[in-house]
Amino acid sequence: MRILFFVLVSSLIIFAQPKVPELKMWATDLTKTLNSDELSNLNSRLKTYEDTTSNQLVTLMIASLEDYPIEEYSHEVASKNKIGTEKHDNGVLLLVVKNDRKLRIEVGYGLEGALPDALASSIIRNVIVPKFKNNEYYAGVSDGINAIIATIAGEYRAEPESDSDGGGSIIFTIFVIIFIIIMLFGKSTGGKSGGFYYGGSSGSGGFSSGGFSSGGFSGGGGSFGGGGASGSW
Amino acid sequence: MKNKGLIIGLSIVGVILLAIFMMIMWGVGVYNNMVTLNESVTKSWGQVENQYQRRADLIPNLVNTVKGYADFEQKVLTDVIEARSKVSQFNITPEVLNDPAAFQKFQSLQGELSGALSRLLVTVENYPNLKANEGFLNLQAQLEGTENRITVERKNFNESVLTYNTTIKKFPASFLAGMFGFNEKQYFKSQAGSENAPKVDFGTR
Repeated sequence: MRILFFVLVSSLIIFAQPKVPELKMWATDLTKTLNSDELSNLNSRLKTYEDTTSNQLVTLMIASLEDYPIEEYSHEVASKNKIGTEKHDNGVLLLVVKNDRKLRIEVGYGLEGALPDALASSIIRNVIVPKFKNNEYYAGVSDGINAIIATIAGEYRAEPESDSDGGGSIIFTIFVIIFIIIMLFGKSTGGKSGGFYYGGSSGSGGFSSGGFSSGGFSGGGGSFGGGGASGSW
Repeated sequence: MKNKGLIIGLSIVGVILLAIFMMIMWGVGVYNNMVTLNESVTKSWGQVENQYQRRADLIPNLVNTVKGYADFEQKVLTDVIEARSKVSQFNITPEVLNDPAAFQKFQSLQGELSGALSRLLVTVENYPNLKANEGFLNLQAQLEGTENRITVERKNFNESVLTYNTTIKKFPASFLAGMFGFNEKQYFKSQAGSENAPKVDFGTR
């Protein structure tokens, strides 16, 4: 039913939605503007940043959105890649749409206090845009990342992950009970077990995103509420 | 002979008891599930309300900043102020979710405020000094961020209402829903003449 709905909606909207990439590195450039040295420099800085603070800061450069709203696209990229940890929702996405001359900083729920919209907007206007105006894309992204890091410095530090809290075990117990009930009624009520599988599949989405090859970026389950700022140059 | 009859009788009673027990267990499961879904709708509604409140809180600052520019078009400003006061006079209770008329009213009041605000931001384009004012730019960024959060939270809200409504309307859970007073909840519909770019109508989800 969901797929049917999706097809229906896709046929209604005039502009095609640009593809949402699965991010495997912290810095991804689909426009081939940045050279490999610049990319690996960004990647190692962002990896170190994640390792030391647990904040996931990711940057993506694409060519064009073909009139698709940048706010929606950026929210989709950030949500689908689950940038940030599930516990802290501490992800940030710096999205650059090169040919449209638009950019956006998407801020996860957990960092909205440390990186409020006004500061994100100020970074865009005063740090990144002046560089982009001179076609200095690497400098813009690099300085932008430095400014973002400086702004949120100290707000979230890596903490030793406690493997299970009370809430988790309660959820587990409920799942076991539901499972038993479904097992008992599995034969007579087919519709109900369908509901169960639906719930199960949405849960497993989180695990699959963690299955990237080792050494690359892998989302931690962070969620986004639409915070951040957009700009253009 | 007598023994056999007793065994058959007891096993029938046993089967009936087991069936009743299983039905109760099923009912409890369905009921609890509906309670959980109802709570998640309430929670996502809270997020929507928060963001609308946050927008309303930003407006006095915005109005004061813009007022400083003596020649600023008064009509645009008073529209914003009026729309905001109407929004804050509207009393929101959780009952709004079950009342189509009240929900519609809430949505149209917020829609009017969105319209007035976007006219204000368009008018600002004619005032280069104001556009270059760092204080105003910050307010504008906050306002845009809030509008964007409203969009996101409305979408989340509609998704949780979709799950809830589907669950309570499905047979046989619909029986229990009727018995315990779980009513259908309202969706946000995209606004006619909304200031945003063409968007998917989440109301049909």
